[in-house]
Amino acid sequence: MSSTLLLSEFAVFVIAAFLGFELITRVPSLLHTPLMSATNAIHGIVLVGAILALAAPGDTFTRVIGFIAVVFGSMNVMGGYWVTNRMLEMFRARPARRRRRPR
Amino acid sequence: MIAAPAFLAYLLAAVLFIFGIRRLRSAETARSGNSISAFGMLIALGTTLFITGTLSLPEILAGMVIGGAIGAVSAQKVKMTAMPQMVAAFNGVGGGAAALIALSEFYQADVLGTRPETLVGSITAVLSILIGCVSFAGSVIAFSKLQDLFLTGSVSFPLQRTVNAAVLLVALLCGANAIAGGAILPFLSPFASIAVLFFLALGLGVLLVVPIGGADMPIVISLLNAFTGLAAAMSGFVLSNYVLIISGTLVGSSGTILTRLMSSSLGRPLGKILFASVSGAVKKSEGGEERPVNAASPEDVAALLNYEAEKVIMVPGYGLAVAQAQGAMAELARLLEERGKEVKFAIHPVAGRMPGHMNVLLAEADVPYDRLYDMEDINDEFAETDVVIVVGANDVVNPAASDPEVESPISGMPVLDVKSARHVVFIKRSLSPGFAGVDNPLFYDTEKTMMLFADAKQGLQDVIAAVKSGQ
Repeated sequence: MSSTLLLSEFAVFVIAAFLGFELITRVPSLLHTPLMSATNAIHGIVLVGAILALAAPGDTFTRVIGFIAVVFGSMNVMGGYWVTNRMLEMFRARPARRRRRPR
Repeated sequence: MIAAPAFLAYLLAAVLFIFGIRRLRSAETARSGNSISAFGMLIALGTTLFITGTLSLPEILAGMVIGGAIGAVSAQKVKMTAMPQMVAAFNGVGGGAAALIALSEFYQADVLGTRPETLVGSITAVLSILIGCVSFAGSVIAFSKLQDLFLTGSVSFPLQRTVNAAVLLVALLCGANAIAGGAILPFLSPFASIAVLFFLALGLGVLLVVPIGGADMPIVISLLNAFTGLAAAMSGFVLSNYVLIISGTLVGSSGTILTRLMSSSLGRPLGKILFASVSGAVKKSEGGEERPVNAASPEDVAALLNYEAEKVIMVPGYGLAVAQAQGAMAELARLLEERGKEVKFAIHPVAGRMPGHMNVLLAEADVPYDRLYDMEDINDEFAETDVVIVVGANDVVNPAASDPEVESPISGMPVLDVKSARHVVFIKRSLSPGFAGVDNPLFYDTEKTMMLFADAKQGLQDVIAAVKSGQ
C-alpha cells in the first residue's frame, strides 16, 4: 500500500470522527433510542466488506466465514433499518390520528 | 483500488449517511433521515454487487436473502418493549461480521497469499477482530440479560479486573505476534495467533459485560454500538474501502458521544459502570418491622382524581412497559383531559429500558410527544401539581437518591421530584424495592401517598372504570 493512500485514508478517518462528534451533540433524549438504532443500521455497511471478502478468490475456509459474515451483515442492515423505521413511524403517526379524536 | 464511478457512488452513500444522521436530531425529520440513510445503504450495496459481478456468485445473494429475511422478520415481530435487546442483537451480528471479514482477509494474505500482506493491513485486521469479537460476545450477553435468558443480574467473581486485564494482555500479545509474522512467539504461527486472538476477544466481550447490571445495559449497548462502528472502520482499512472507513468511523464517534450523553443523563459515569466493583451487593432493608402504608382502592384513587386534582402528572416506569400498560395510561390521561384537567407525562431519562424508550412506548399508545416532558423541564412543576400518578416506577422517583445520609447504589442519580406534589399515587405490585434495591421513603408517607397494589395494567384499568363511574 502506498503511503499517500494510507495517509489519505487516515485523514478521512480523523475527519469522519470529528464529524460524528459534531453530528450528535444536543440530541433530545426523546431520540436517543431511535438514534442508537439508526446508527446501528449504518454500521451494517460491514456488509459491503463481507461481500468483497466472499467475492475474493479463496478456499473453503474463506467461503464459509465470508458467507457467515454476509448473513450477519445482512441481518444488521435489514433488521437495523426496519426496527428504526418502526420506532420512528410511531412518532409520525400521531398528528393524523389526533385529528380524528376531537376533544 | 476501485474504479472512479464506484468510488463516487460510495462517496454519495457516505454523504447520505451523514445527512440521514443529521435529520435524526429532531422528531419531525427523523423518519426521513432514516430513509435517506437506508437509500445510501442501497447505493453502497448495489455498487458492491456490481463491481464484484455477484450474479456469478450465488452464495452472496443466498447469504443476503437469508440474513435479510431473518433481520426483517425479527424486526417486524419484536415488541416495542423488547427493542433494546433487538438493537443489541443486530449490533452484535454487525460486530461479528467485521471480525470475520478481517479474519478472512488476514487468512487470504497470510496463508493463501492471494492478497499482499501489509503492516497496516495486519494491524487493522487485529484491531477489527479484537473490537468486533468483543462487540459480538458482549452483545450476546447483553441480549441474554435483557431477555432474561442466562447470566441475568450482575455476575461477579474474585479478581475480575485482573482476569480481564490478563485476557486483554494475552490477546494483544497474540495480535502483536501476528503482526510481526510470528517473531514474538515462535511457537505460534501468525494465523494461529490470530485464531487465539479471535477466541480470547470473544471471551473478553463476555467478561466485560457479565458483571454489569440490567439497569446499565442501555449504556453498554450504546457503547458496543460504537465499538462495532469502529470495528467496521478498521475492516475498511483492511480492505482499503472508503465507505467502510467513513461510515464505521461516523458510527464509532457518534456512538461514543451518544453513550456519554446517556450516561450523563443517568448520572452514571461510564468508568463507574464498566470498572466499578459492583456497588456493594444490594442492601436489603434490615429488620422485619412493618411500616404502615396508605393502601388505597381504585375508587379512592378515582375520588382523589375526580375531586381534588386539577393538574396531574403521570410518571411511567419500567413496570408499565413490562405490563404493556402504556395504552391504559394513555386512556386514563385522555379521560382526565376530557374532564378539563391538565395532564402531563414526566419521563425520567432511564424510564423504560433505554433513554427515549418510554417515549417510543407512549408514542405507540398514541400519546402526543409534545405532552411528554424530560426531567429537567418538568421537575419544577411538581410543586404546583395536585396528583402525581407513578406507575411501575420506583428508583426514578426515590428521594433517597438525593439524600446525603443514605448510601445506596442510586446515590447521586437525578430523580423526578414527585415528593413536592400534593398527592402521590403509586400503582405497583408490592412494596418491593425497584431495580436498585433501595427502599423508597415516599411509600411510608401516609399523608401524601396512596399505594394501589396491582399490576400496572389492571390497576390503571380499574382506576379508569372507577373514574368513569364516579361522575
